[in-house]
Amino acid sequence: MIGIFLTGAFIISGLLIFNRNIFVNYALLVIFIAFFSVFGFFEFHHINVTELEFFKPDALGILLLTVLCVISIPVIFHGYRYIEIHNVDETPKSRGLFFGAMVLLISACSVVYLSGHIAVTWIFIEITTLSASALIYHHRNLRALEGVWKYVFICAISITFVYIGILFLSLSLKDAGIEDMSFDSLYANADKLNPFWLKLAFLFIFTGFTAKLGLVPMYTAGIDAKDKAPAPAGALLASVLMNAGFVSIYRMYAVLARTPLHHWANTVMIIAAILSIFVAAVYMTRIKNIKRMFAYSGIEHMGLVILGLSAGGIGVYAAILHIILHTLIKPTLFLQFNQVYWVYQSKSIYDVGNYFKYNKAGAIVIFLGFISATAMPPSGMFISEFLIFQSLFEAHYILILLAVLVLLTMIIWGFGSNIFKLLFTPPLSIDETKIPHISSWESLSQYLLLGLAVYLAYDPPAQFVTLLQDAAKLIL
Amino acid sequence: MTDILLIALAMSLLYISIANRLFTYLNILVFQGFILFGVTFLTLTKISTINLMLIMLETIVFKAVAVPWFINYVIKRNGITREAEPYLPNFVSLIIVTFITVATIILSSSIKDPNLDKTFFVVALSTIFTGLYLIVTRKKIITHVIGYIIIENGVFVLSLAVGNEMPMLVNLGIMLDIFASVLILGVFFNRIGDLLKDPDIDHLRNLKD
Repeated sequence: MIGIFLTGAFIISGLLIFNRNIFVNYALLVIFIAFFSVFGFFEFHHINVTELEFFKPDALGILLLTVLCVISIPVIFHGYRYIEIHNVDETPKSRGLFFGAMVLLISACSVVYLSGHIAVTWIFIEITTLSASALIYHHRNLRALEGVWKYVFICAISITFVYIGILFLSLSLKDAGIEDMSFDSLYANADKLNPFWLKLAFLFIFTGFTAKLGLVPMYTAGIDAKDKAPAPAGALLASVLMNAGFVSIYRMYAVLARTPLHHWANTVMIIAAILSIFVAAVYMTRIKNIKRMFAYSGIEHMGLVILGLSAGGIGVYAAILHIILHTLIKPTLFLQFNQVYWVYQSKSIYDVGNYFKYNKAGAIVIFLGFISATAMPPSGMFISEFLIFQSLFEAHYILILLAVLVLLTMIIWGFGSNIFKLLFTPPLSIDETKIPHISSWESLSQYLLLGLAVYLAYDPPAQFVTLLQDAAKLIL
Repeated sequence: MTDILLIALAMSLLYISIANRLFTYLNILVFQGFILFGVTFLTLTKISTINLMLIMLETIVFKAVAVPWFINYVIKRNGITREAEPYLPNFVSLIIVTFITVATIILSSSIKDPNLDKTFFVVALSTIFTGLYLIVTRKKIITHVIGYIIIENGVFVLSLAVGNEMPMLVNLGIMLDIFASVLILGVFFNRIGDLLKDPDIDHLRNLKD
């Protein structure tokens, strides 16, 4: 089925890029959504069945794929709205490229989730870079060019790092006398791998994939990318693409968790995670660009996820829950930002304000999104973040826990002061006659996503919990 | 013979650290492409002939001819000035690149692993780090691209060290080469030339917080 899906997705993407007719274009998108949902449904019922030698949908892959199926529908719908509303400089060509790249990005991410081989993961991560760069460069101006240039260059370097890591991994395999680099074979032979090369391999692979996951040291490219990409594309970059980085790191970490290097790997990841939260805290207290603020909030959450992972115990479960809830919540903010931009035509916090007056439904989404993203109850992320703190406490990382709590307080303050300015303070100068009327229906998808996040955290279906536990078992 | 070629590759790094003109950089890229062609031929003795031909074709066509030619075309088309414009004096660069090479030799001598071919390891690592150093210390975007291609050459040498056992990895490296070079050079550098007449990283400093 993965073969059929990939072929179909490539064909649809190609047709989208070359087609100029608007009705064919939207028909193709509907076909893709249907096709993708069928694919997700099929894989959900074929868990742990190896396909085409290199793909094995494990519990984590299935979870993330299902969430991606859920996210892709509103994102493509709002992509369509974005193209409709912004049609001053839209041409059939740019529209086709936008949707073609979006389809390619979604497909490449889903294949990364299901990949059971590190080389296959690597190849499809390359394809995500390619398709993401087409999305970032959608508005052909100098700023977008700068964003895409930085993104492509840093991703190229990080992909090279991952490749070097894979080479070192192959050196560490020589000792064990195996040649199969699939994750299953690595898990089975983990104790036979040469520890020195394995360490180097992990360092390089981890560093390389941080460009996608959004952690120190390679997070910078992602921030510019999410800022410059159109908001629906930013929603994808800020959620599902980060998940692609997460599964890659998670599976590599699972190999090290089976060796005596487990503790060392934890230390490396904790350093990266703390620095990420620190960077997010520093920027979020002084940031004036709303979209970049959302992007930095993603960096903070990825830091927390990696902290949970390295704390072990309940933390692994919490980390996976956290990343799933984050995938549902972060796109709502980006999708709602689209409407904020229609109202104010600006991303700067100095130009916005009193959003409640201009778009009530949207303002409530922003408010709920803020509560969700800062993990205040009743947000779903409150549960996962609380469990992560509990795991840190149980692992006796008290100082780290304290530092993280202080940094999180700073983040909430910075995030809150900007969001409340956007919602309540009247803007300095605004021409109210030019503000378009925005229908409440535009915010419906965001309410559904936020509601789903609350539901999954407080009253999780039994199957969801089983999948989460299976996914966490990879580490334990 | 392989050792001689690899050492020549390492020496080309010293030369590139003091090179002043962009065309010297391009000549060195061509030179490195030919060296990699020779090393591939001498090292990969155990893989299938078709695969070997594919890899050698890539080194000669892609690394030695197409990429330098295309960079040359971009330089001419955009009228980029021929100076490399380093931030640091050439003498300091020479010292630093020498230091990088010495440091990798010391590092590799501390590794006790019979599976590792030290020459490959030292040359590959020093090429990778020199490439990174070039990216950090040169001002033009085109020299960043050249630095990235040098990193790729180093990675290619590293992949040759394990190439006999795992030819798949060398093929992956080729994919990386083609993918990244086409993406960076073909798609975007052309665009940068359209929007910026003198492509210099100072123009790309607007995105910040």
